[in-house]
Amino acid sequence: MIDIRRNSRKALADSQLQKNLLLTLSKTMAARNQVVAEVDNWEALRTHAQTVKAHTVANLGKYLETLESRVIAQGGQVLWADDAREAVDYLLDIARRYSATKVVKSKSMLGEEIHLNHELERANIASIETDLGEYIVQLADETPSHIVMPALHKSREQVADLFAEKLGMERTEDVERITLTARQVLRQHFLTAQMGISGVNFAVAETGSIVVVENEGNARLSVSLPPVHVAIMGIEKVIPRTEDLCVFLKLLTRNATGQKISTYVNFVNGGRRDDERDGPRDFYLIILDNGRSQILKDEYLSQTLHCIRCGACLDTCPVYQSIGGHAYISTYQGPIGAILTPQLLSMDEAREHPFASSLCGACHDICPVKIEIPHILLKLRDQAQRESGGKASKISAERIILQIWSWFMQSASRYRQASWVARRLQPLFIRTGKRFPVGPLRAWSEKREIPQLATKSFREMFVAEEGEK
Amino acid sequence: MKVALFVTCLVDQLYPQVGLSAVKVLRKAGVEVNFDQRQTCCGQPAFNTGYGDQAAHVARHMMEVFGDSDLPIVVPSGSCATMVKVFMPGLFPEGSAQWRLANSLAARTFEFSDFLVTHLGVRKTGARFPAVVTYHDSCHLLRELRISEQPRALIREVEGIEFREMENSTRCCGFGGTFSVKFPEISVAIGQDKVRWIRESGAEYVVGNDVSCLMHIGGLLRRQQVPVQTIHLAELLAKFDD
Repeated sequence: MIDIRRNSRKALADSQLQKNLLLTLSKTMAARNQVVAEVDNWEALRTHAQTVKAHTVANLGKYLETLESRVIAQGGQVLWADDAREAVDYLLDIARRYSATKVVKSKSMLGEEIHLNHELERANIASIETDLGEYIVQLADETPSHIVMPALHKSREQVADLFAEKLGMERTEDVERITLTARQVLRQHFLTAQMGISGVNFAVAETGSIVVVENEGNARLSVSLPPVHVAIMGIEKVIPRTEDLCVFLKLLTRNATGQKISTYVNFVNGGRRDDERDGPRDFYLIILDNGRSQILKDEYLSQTLHCIRCGACLDTCPVYQSIGGHAYISTYQGPIGAILTPQLLSMDEAREHPFASSLCGACHDICPVKIEIPHILLKLRDQAQRESGGKASKISAERIILQIWSWFMQSASRYRQASWVARRLQPLFIRTGKRFPVGPLRAWSEKREIPQLATKSFREMFVAEEGEK
Repeated sequence: MKVALFVTCLVDQLYPQVGLSAVKVLRKAGVEVNFDQRQTCCGQPAFNTGYGDQAAHVARHMMEVFGDSDLPIVVPSGSCATMVKVFMPGLFPEGSAQWRLANSLAARTFEFSDFLVTHLGVRKTGARFPAVVTYHDSCHLLRELRISEQPRALIREVEGIEFREMENSTRCCGFGGTFSVKFPEISVAIGQDKVRWIRESGAEYVVGNDVSCLMHIGGLLRRQQVPVQTIHLAELLAKFDD
């Protein structure tokens, strides 16, 4: 099981990380709030996007088949993968066919989900991340800590150190020079790679277009320079029509990075045509399930698949703001990660995820497709307790405490008796400024004073007052 | 007019003065307050932690107590009001008798400040409190019940008060029910931000509508000996002579 609490202690003690989180997230949120405020019909757009997503997810098979037929009609090939292994095998197979020894990759969370870099390296294929944030993370041998800003956890100074160490450049904190160096290194890779892999932001069923949203131009180069382009997408990325796209793009870029529109929006419609001079010879689209169709089985939980990965729920989440992404040790972090991870992996592996939230609801308010994240978290908590209750000793202690508590709360007389006893015991255990020795009160009292039971309860005082009248 | 008070277990046991204040304010507004001694808790601690069955047992007890009459139920807590209004029906099979009862409770349950402002049209209670105060928006109240203007309207009408909004008043205080003891370090870190904004506002008192948040914020303030007091809105509004 992923121990978020232990990881969070490390994150909270890391003062550099704390500084980086505060700086980047407050800047991103300020930019986001400004451009969202400019849109008069933001709420209407959200409602529209939610409706489109709900409709699409309810008719997923139909739209995926349409997408497949359009892509094929454009000369592309479509491969269906049930799980990560199958997707990786397809990719390795294509790489072999093209004798690829080097792959350029544009940012893809799905690539992270299937551990693609690792798998390619194992097959002796160099996999080069070309998004600057991803490139930084790859150089540092880390994983992304945010689904949109992968190197959010790093400061400019830390990146300067990293580039000096790994690329042998003279150390500089000048962002322009750092970027220029990355650009020079990456350009060589674009020119020499035999295969390009990209993620997919949206796949338009009616046109068979793969839409890739980016700011650096690296995705455009990844999908157009190498002889073969493979796009990988989760089954939930399909949308019915091009006209929906203007709504989704507006919501996505404004919410994700505070931009009215991203620098590049790439539309890929297959590989090079006979009469064209540029572009990859071949185009493949891998459509991956990897646990998603399981999520579809529960009508309520299926809204988890409406997510367009804008990352705004991470930015606004007080928990994410406090501990960052690495504490979740999962591909997806923050509120969306908290609901997605236990559903994609298993409740046993990620049983802490649904609990690592104060349920404040800021994620729901900011979500461009109005996913009810706090209510889903509650539903998953319930599932977690039903499915694997009693496995861990801590969990069963909790269950026993709550069962006893529930028994006392079901009767007014038991409730009164319990409070009478607690009042008598309280002076023995609770001292101002001191930690309680055991249990939940110990966790509470390390940094907080324990509230005291009143000398008389409300009901006693109320009855006494009534009696006087 | 007559209402049934659901005082909540935390107020009953830890902060009885909040309950007494709520009664005082309601009576001043001409409302007769009924307090059923059989009441205990709404079941939220269990529900919040994923123990739906245990929560349903407690909810059933509450429904038994409050199902006897059809009086409006007034709750001096955004969180407990949310439990009743938003989550309680979901604990029972849709269409069942208990589900119907839970829905009827949900429909006639009102959070204290909302009841005063929206339903009674009360803004001024006659309270006088010459102090600098700030207000913390508790999450369930704000994002489940969408109540944020009602408490502010009431605070502004208190005589002699100086109301200063703190920065990020709508950001969670980090309490989160059992989250506060399952992830105490994160809970405290989030609370620490709140403490900073409260201090920066220059307020002497932080007003809230949920004693649970105030217990967490107050626990931090007191441990760090910050000279700021927590006060529930009902207590503030009851600062008038009988």
